[in-house]
Amino acid sequence: MAILRLLELAPAQQQAASGFLQTSAWLLVAIPLLSAAFLLLAGKRADGWGHWVGVAAPGLAFVLGLGVTVSLLGGDAATRVRSLHLFSWIPAGSLHLDAGLRLDPLSLTFVLLVTFVGTLIHVYSVAYMDHDPSRRRFFAYLNFFIAAMLLLVLADSYLLLFVGWEGVGLASYLLIGFWNHETPNAVAAKKAFVMNRVGDLGMLVALMVMFASFGAVDFTTVFHGAPGASAGVLTAIALMLLLAACGKSAQFPLQAWLGDAMAGPTPVSALIHAATMVTAGVYLVVRSAPIFEGAPNAQLVVVIVGGITLIFGAIVGLAKDDIKKVLAASTMSQIGYMMLAAGLGPIGYAFAIFHLVTHGFFKAGLFLGAGSVMHGMDDQADMRRFGALQKFLPITWATFAIAWLAILGIPPFSGFWTKDKIIEAAFVGDGWRPWVFGLVALIGAGLTAFYMSRLFFMTFHGTERWTKDQHPHEAPKLMTVPMIVLAVGSAFVGGLLSIGGAFSTWLEPVTGHHEHAEPVLSVPAITVATLLLVLAGAFFAWRQYVVSTVPVTPPLASVLTRAARRDLYQDEVNEALFMHPGQYLTRSLTYGDRRVLDAGVDGIGRLVAGTGELLRRWQNGYARSYAATMVAGLLILLVVVLAFQS
Amino acid sequence: MNLSNYLVLASILFAIGTATVLLRRNAIIVFMGVELMLNSANLLLVTFARIHGDLQGQVMAFFVMVVAAAEVVVGLAIIVSIFRARGSASVDDVNLLKN
Amino acid sequence: MTQLSVLLSLPASITSGGNVSSGETALFWVLAPLMVFGALGLLFARKAVHAALGIVLVMISLAFLYTAQEAPFLGVAQVVVYTGAVMMLFVFVLMLVGVDNSDSLVETLKGQRWIGAILGLGVAAALIGVIQTATFDQARGLTTPNADSNPVGVARVIFGQDIFAFEVVGVLLITAALGALVLTHRQRLVPRVGQKERADARVASGGRLAPLAAPGVYAGSNAMDTPALDPEGRPIEESVSRVLRTRGQRRSATEVEAQVGGTSAIEPAQIEPAQIEEGTQP
Repeated sequence: MAILRLLELAPAQQQAASGFLQTSAWLLVAIPLLSAAFLLLAGKRADGWGHWVGVAAPGLAFVLGLGVTVSLLGGDAATRVRSLHLFSWIPAGSLHLDAGLRLDPLSLTFVLLVTFVGTLIHVYSVAYMDHDPSRRRFFAYLNFFIAAMLLLVLADSYLLLFVGWEGVGLASYLLIGFWNHETPNAVAAKKAFVMNRVGDLGMLVALMVMFASFGAVDFTTVFHGAPGASAGVLTAIALMLLLAACGKSAQFPLQAWLGDAMAGPTPVSALIHAATMVTAGVYLVVRSAPIFEGAPNAQLVVVIVGGITLIFGAIVGLAKDDIKKVLAASTMSQIGYMMLAAGLGPIGYAFAIFHLVTHGFFKAGLFLGAGSVMHGMDDQADMRRFGALQKFLPITWATFAIAWLAILGIPPFSGFWTKDKIIEAAFVGDGWRPWVFGLVALIGAGLTAFYMSRLFFMTFHGTERWTKDQHPHEAPKLMTVPMIVLAVGSAFVGGLLSIGGAFSTWLEPVTGHHEHAEPVLSVPAITVATLLLVLAGAFFAWRQYVVSTVPVTPPLASVLTRAARRDLYQDEVNEALFMHPGQYLTRSLTYGDRRVLDAGVDGIGRLVAGTGELLRRWQNGYARSYAATMVAGLLILLVVVLAFQS
Repeated sequence: MNLSNYLVLASILFAIGTATVLLRRNAIIVFMGVELMLNSANLLLVTFARIHGDLQGQVMAFFVMVVAAAEVVVGLAIIVSIFRARGSASVDDVNLLKN
Repeated sequence: MTQLSVLLSLPASITSGGNVSSGETALFWVLAPLMVFGALGLLFARKAVHAALGIVLVMISLAFLYTAQEAPFLGVAQVVVYTGAVMMLFVFVLMLVGVDNSDSLVETLKGQRWIGAILGLGVAAALIGVIQTATFDQARGLTTPNADSNPVGVARVIFGQDIFAFEVVGVLLITAALGALVLTHRQRLVPRVGQKERADARVASGGRLAPLAAPGVYAGSNAMDTPALDPEGRPIEESVSRVLRTRGQRRSATEVEAQVGGTSAIEPAQIEPAQIEEGTQP
């Protein structure tokens, strides 16, 4: 099949940005960045109104992004990839890199998602962080995050992407550890940052191999040269990019940080660790499509990693009692779906991104709902202490229910249109692959249904299991309105964008046009099987958590449940494999440094001092010993001179 | 007899003068040892003057004598004033330059 | 004068240039052990004076040797300057410092004795070794330079080639003499107390200036228990024995006068029996 991708056009054929809106696209990054700087520098006097500046920044960015998108839609499909040159960045010998922005459907999709959901969450945070004296700083960090994320998706070279990549990592660290006077929060932030760093190493190695093979790191040159490079090189680059994506998106094996990241404020979890930052890994894989397609083994690894993660997240989500941690495990699992789709090749790219967009809506909605519940329950997060909250938080219940149905994949809500398509795409192929991947995706859907229903029922239904002096109350308007908007999005975005395959067509300049392929099971069979599994999962959850009483203390359960409560021992494994050997290595190196090197150097010093100490005794003040020294010296000189003469 | 016998004698006297400087504590005796060394040098010079047939050696010995005389004057004045100040003429007493 | 000229003309006969005559050999072998003995005396003598005598022996022998070596001028200078002036200076200083001064034989510096011995022997060995291994020209002797007699020859060199060194050495001698004066100059720390100063001090302290008068002088009586009167007419307590004073047996001058019936210029009110003082003698 002829895949014409505008990505693979030669550099000379790239189209430059035109028109006022497109050439102002750099403002998308600049406005939030300036706002962040302003908020950080403004000082205490801005505490009363600074957060509105913080809300305005992504709002403005959204409007501008919408304008750019409309201007792109105005032309025909061939003109939808534009590049905007900003400035000459690194003119260093053989590497000549310019900083610029790439405006194409993929990046603009992300821009719209990030700014829209971001603005809603900013509004939510005004009320959520109302009592916090550092609210202004919070908004500064959020704006900085928005700026970095937009830079990441708009960059036209891997190096500029990496700048945004690091920026979001920094923002994540700052925001997870926002309440760093509590040590566990600071530790969680550090853990997230360090694990991200491992992924960043993959990114750097990929950059280096790219530079070595193609002589450049910007998208145009790399993608143009990808078809001509050897499979080995492409596999290496792809695997390293996958490592980077795993770090950022909390995929196996770098998934341990996401659960701990829930220590940050709930808006942070909603924005960064659900809708946007963690999807950056998927963006990277889809963006690097030309590279992955030249490395089929790497694609297989991507699919396997996605599959493992989606099951892993589902199992962990089944057993956790902290509402945010269940949602974190769910995020991990859903991104597993996206990775699986992205690894399937051109048939999966569009659905990966589509699922990413709908997931952004309903996951953000779920997190904001959880925040609202926690707000109403005095910051309690243990679901075993919730129950029967439907009457008390009706708006929250309604928005949460819509998002829940969306994530389950019940038609006509958004999730159905995207997740089912991924499962279908997983069943496409030859040999053992479609069966394995398809079944994994299917089972994952069933598990997702069970644990999300468990969460919903434990929180809003069943019996009251509250602690004393709980007065659940609905959230203020500033919190409920964003939730309502997101619920509307969760309900309709999927359906609307699927009409006539509009979304896939929109993405074609980037992902390439693919012919529809037949899965090994027929499409109706897959759809019915999925729905049945989902309904069964929901039913079992209803039976266990609404009909039966939910114990307030976690009951002794099977080995797997106990393991799932401990995140399937991920921390223990990490510590045993990496932390302890690393610490041992550090200890032995410092020991060597101290005992061997320092001792050597100190030894020389002590030797000199000791020798001096010995020689000092020679100067005893007596003229006669000095005279003896003189005569001895004279004698030695005499002998030496005579010896040399003869 | 060889004229070098005088040289050997001068060397022996020089060595004894050195030993005196190193071994005796009384400042005046040390000084006398120095004088002995100077005298042995004079003998050496005179002998060489004879060997070379040149009076320059004797003239040098003469100057050594004069300078030694001046040196003795000043040196003994120093010893006397130190003795007046400290009541002792021992060389070991001036040991304040020690570490 | 003639003896001197005879002496000065001797060199030609005793030494005859570079050749060593048997007389000289004998002289050498007699003097050399003596000199070594004298030097060892300097090294080992306990009393400083003995050491001085040892070195004087060495110096006089050296004078002999100089003369034997065709350097009569230097030999005379050796006796006059070295033995006569320098060594006498040493002896004077020895007397100033303490002629009985003897060093204890205990060595205060650890190992100095061994070091001194080894170094001394080492120096001797090194020098003698050099001498023995060196080859010398045939000795030329000083017959030619001494043709007009040795002092003339030496004078020619000193006042000819080395005139500048000669002048400098003269300055050096003057400086040395001045230096010795400066070094031994004793700064008077307190003003010198001469007779005038003593007398002034005696007057200022208010003590007795004149000698003590004998009891009864200037008094109407010369009894032992009557005080003498000073020129102003006041009784001098100390002229009565202290024992009598302590016992209270002193009689006042007016009592005596009344008894004796004498007249004096004393007003009764002026005369008071003085307090018994244990005064100091004026």
